[in-house]
Amino acid sequence: MSESAIHAQDLTKRFGALVAVNAVNLEVPRACVYGFLGPNGSGKSTTIRMLCGLLTPSEGDIEVLGLRIPEQAEQLKQHIGYMTQKFSLFDDLSVRQNLEFLATVQGLSRREEKTRVDDLLKRYRLDDREEQLAGTLSGGQKQRLALAGAIVHRPELLFLDEPTSAVDPESRRDFWEKLFELADEGTTILVSTHYMDEAERCHRLAILDTGNLVADGTPAELTAKLEGRTFLVRSGTPRKAKEALDDRPDVLSVAQIGNELRVLMREGDASIDSLRHHLEQAGAQAEVESVPPNLEDVFVVATRRHAAHQEQPA
Amino acid sequence: MNLRRLWAIMIKELRQLRRDRITLAMIMGMPVLQLVLFGYAINLNLRHLPAAVVDQAQTAGSRAAVQDLLASGVIELRATAQSPQQLIDLLREGRVSVAIAVPPDFERRKLDGREAIQVMVDGSDNVVQAAAAQLAQYPLNQPDDFHAMTEKPISVVSFYNPERRSPVNIVPGLVGVILTMTMVLFTAVAIVRETERGNMELLITTPVSRTELMIGKVLPYAAIGLVQTSMVLLLGVWLFDVPIRGSLWDVYMASSLLILANLSLGLLISTRAKSQFQAMQMTFFVFLPSILLSGFMFPYDGMPRPAQWIAELLPLTHFMRLIRGIMLRGADLGDLWQDSVALAAFIAIMLTLAIRLFHKRLD
Repeated sequence: MSESAIHAQDLTKRFGALVAVNAVNLEVPRACVYGFLGPNGSGKSTTIRMLCGLLTPSEGDIEVLGLRIPEQAEQLKQHIGYMTQKFSLFDDLSVRQNLEFLATVQGLSRREEKTRVDDLLKRYRLDDREEQLAGTLSGGQKQRLALAGAIVHRPELLFLDEPTSAVDPESRRDFWEKLFELADEGTTILVSTHYMDEAERCHRLAILDTGNLVADGTPAELTAKLEGRTFLVRSGTPRKAKEALDDRPDVLSVAQIGNELRVLMREGDASIDSLRHHLEQAGAQAEVESVPPNLEDVFVVATRRHAAHQEQPA
Repeated sequence: MNLRRLWAIMIKELRQLRRDRITLAMIMGMPVLQLVLFGYAINLNLRHLPAAVVDQAQTAGSRAAVQDLLASGVIELRATAQSPQQLIDLLREGRVSVAIAVPPDFERRKLDGREAIQVMVDGSDNVVQAAAAQLAQYPLNQPDDFHAMTEKPISVVSFYNPERRSPVNIVPGLVGVILTMTMVLFTAVAIVRETERGNMELLITTPVSRTELMIGKVLPYAAIGLVQTSMVLLLGVWLFDVPIRGSLWDVYMASSLLILANLSLGLLISTRAKSQFQAMQMTFFVFLPSILLSGFMFPYDGMPRPAQWIAELLPLTHFMRLIRGIMLRGADLGDLWQDSVALAAFIAIMLTLAIRLFHKRLD
């Protein structure tokens, strides 16, 4: 058995002239929750589909659970669970019928099937709705059902494609609890998201931008690289302060949060004093303090750097 | 192939179907609707065509001749005109489709052996024209015993359908038409719908095989096809006294062949169609030539050669020969082995193609 659950090298997918995924290298260790962070259209779904064997890569090598993909994709299918971005269970079957169908198709024996389905219904709090049609469930219930369906055969590896994009914050928190439970039981989980707070909870993380992997590591590693470049500006005239900061070439981004401004600087020796001085000159009275960087900053830096890199002539 | 998995797919399909009211209504309603439509409304043996008459002779002989024409039942008197010009007006206005003019010198013409009556028809309708041609065959040129005159120079005797009732011809063929209409569409749509709803992406990530998926989807519809066949046959026998002269077993065997042929064609369509709408368009592409060229509407032998070649490729053509042979002429499948083999070959080719073209992938 190989060390990592997923190993991909130079993974590329082209749809005609469009490069959806561009030379991505990926290493996902076992029994960890690995996050794919990126905006819509960044290639998260395409990458997941290639790793499952649903799409054939244009270039690159993939090894998942020690199997070569796409050649051994059929063998892999017994060992993986896949929760699609769109609810893909049958709307016109009941909750129990959906799970029973998946259990049979996944090859569980008749006896196993009964106990496993009962167990999942209880575990995902669907036991009081087992006769209800799946199409009439709420967003959070649908999502729990989809997760139960994806793990009915106890897969070693679970792919989740933006599982929480259509549910309320409480269901999201609840859902992540379930994911960590599964990870504790030894399941490797690859989950894509565009929520920063979810990305922060992952053991490891890869940031994708327009098909390129622009950063990866643990959330702590990623934020540590930006130490000393993030500041908080409090001002009575935040709009004016923002305008002044936007003019500075070494400011990467300014985000207004209420009356405060979160400022991210380019690499270099930016100091509180120079910022404060700059604001005073522009006529905006402000307090400036240094704050620890977060993943949003990492995301901004990673995607900007990549864009700048692309603009340079080769 | 894993039988338990196959069974699970079939059960799933039936459960979904049970909740799909519109499809269910189509399955049950279509046979009844078509049977009633074709059986009662669409009648190629024309009767009661509206007609107008002008009798300028007004002799006993002329009146009797007009009465004879009316007694044929093909025409029905709607108007009596005063002049031939008025007849032409009635025709042009579309108030009558047939006009009969008896000239003033009717008796003299009869004696001379010239045409004594003129029948004018609305030639814009083919079927009406053909019906009028029948009228013109009425014997009038023997002056002596005009009324006793019934023999014709050529007589036509209809075997197997002596009363020339349309339903007897139509009902067996209708089994095929209904099966072609519904079976191809149901399977094509059943698979494309899963793709559209996203279910397919889930299914192809499971260990279920292509063959299990295809066969599991098709078999429930095969059962439905047999139910439809039974409905049409029962109603046909009950409402129209359609005979089943061959064995019932052969009727069902022939129907099963057509059902499987249509289902495999539906599967093939489903592997190419991107949306349910496209699947419907493609189905229509097959359905129209099937109706027109299979021999259901127009006789195969009367079609030009290229049309016959196309017809040979359509399952409905072969089924039409099988079912008419079995039900009306009392033949068995062995007598009609060429058509049985043709259908079996069609099934084998379509099914192989469909399974080959279906990939457990998204690209």
